[in-house]
Amino acid sequence: MSTTAAQQIDEIKTTPWSGGRSPFNVEYGKMMMWFFLLSDAFTFSTLLISYGALRFSAPVWPAPSLVFQSFPGLIEHGAPLVFVGLMTFILIMSSVTMVLAVEAGHRNSKKEVVWWMIGTIIGGLMFLSCQALEWTHLHSEGFWWGHIPDPKTMQEFFKEGIPLTQQAMTSHQFANLFFTITGFHGFHVFSGVIINIIITVNVLIGTYQKRGSYLMVEKVGLYWHFVDLVWVFVFTFFYLV
Amino acid sequence: MSAETTEVHGHEGEHEEHEGMTKRRIWNVFFILLGITCVEFIIALWLAPTLHWPSHFVNPAYIILTLFKAYFIVAFFMHLKFEKVGLALAIIVPILFIIGLILVLTNESHYWIGLR
Repeated sequence: MSTTAAQQIDEIKTTPWSGGRSPFNVEYGKMMMWFFLLSDAFTFSTLLISYGALRFSAPVWPAPSLVFQSFPGLIEHGAPLVFVGLMTFILIMSSVTMVLAVEAGHRNSKKEVVWWMIGTIIGGLMFLSCQALEWTHLHSEGFWWGHIPDPKTMQEFFKEGIPLTQQAMTSHQFANLFFTITGFHGFHVFSGVIINIIITVNVLIGTYQKRGSYLMVEKVGLYWHFVDLVWVFVFTFFYLV
Repeated sequence: MSAETTEVHGHEGEHEEHEGMTKRRIWNVFFILLGITCVEFIIALWLAPTLHWPSHFVNPAYIILTLFKAYFIVAFFMHLKFEKVGLALAIIVPILFIIGLILVLTNESHYWIGLR
């Protein structure tokens, strides 16, 4: 009698949460990357929601189709969304090369991981160059943190008949929010590229081959996709809405 | 660390966890994302200006399409669909707090309109 009771107590439970194993079945670093990204999602959403609140309460706003209508270096006017469309395409494309690197990592194919990682890095650098062009273009028009274009240029970004004081107020808000939010996102892209380079070097010198798993590629992949995810929202709320 | 890593993966998850993304699926998701973006462009450049769709109709459409894109990126590219349900919930449920912030600040910005 007593022995059976003891056996029941001593029986090792094997459910996910009864200890001795990872209930989420992910490695610690990967889970922590997820929680970091969660906190980063909150940061970006506070930025975007305060942008939304300011814009919603403003009587007028610079029309995106008028502010972003140039393809720097090629077309000066009349091409709304074309340049940002290219930027979006580049970032989605580099996200795809990142998943392909992760997929190659699962097959322990070092050579393929390296090539897809290099593709991802090139995509990130292309995106950063595009953003630098975009910023330079807006800066040449007179936008910067705390700076707005002269009244004549500013007139072009609004529908007819809006008083200058209102134009000046919302242009200031637009400039500050645009450079802060795209700058914060661009900084994420920049750090993502740096991390990708570090990981690629590690792949090249065989660190993960020795370790037997390309899990680190997966972790930076999560970060990189997050950057893409944020861009999807920035794109919608700055360029489309 | 390397020992732990291989152990966690070797336990049971190896094929179960990695079966998620094949090359074909990756490209499928890519074309879905590209397609949704193209739809957004078509709305912004042709449909809205020519058919004079009002912004209170177009903007929700953009937001819904954006949320679709977000779903595909998180579920497939970030692999969350193939993780344990517990992990997915631990990431997604806190995101719901953002809805609260949106409601609060929308309400607040209504009040700001009155102040201006």
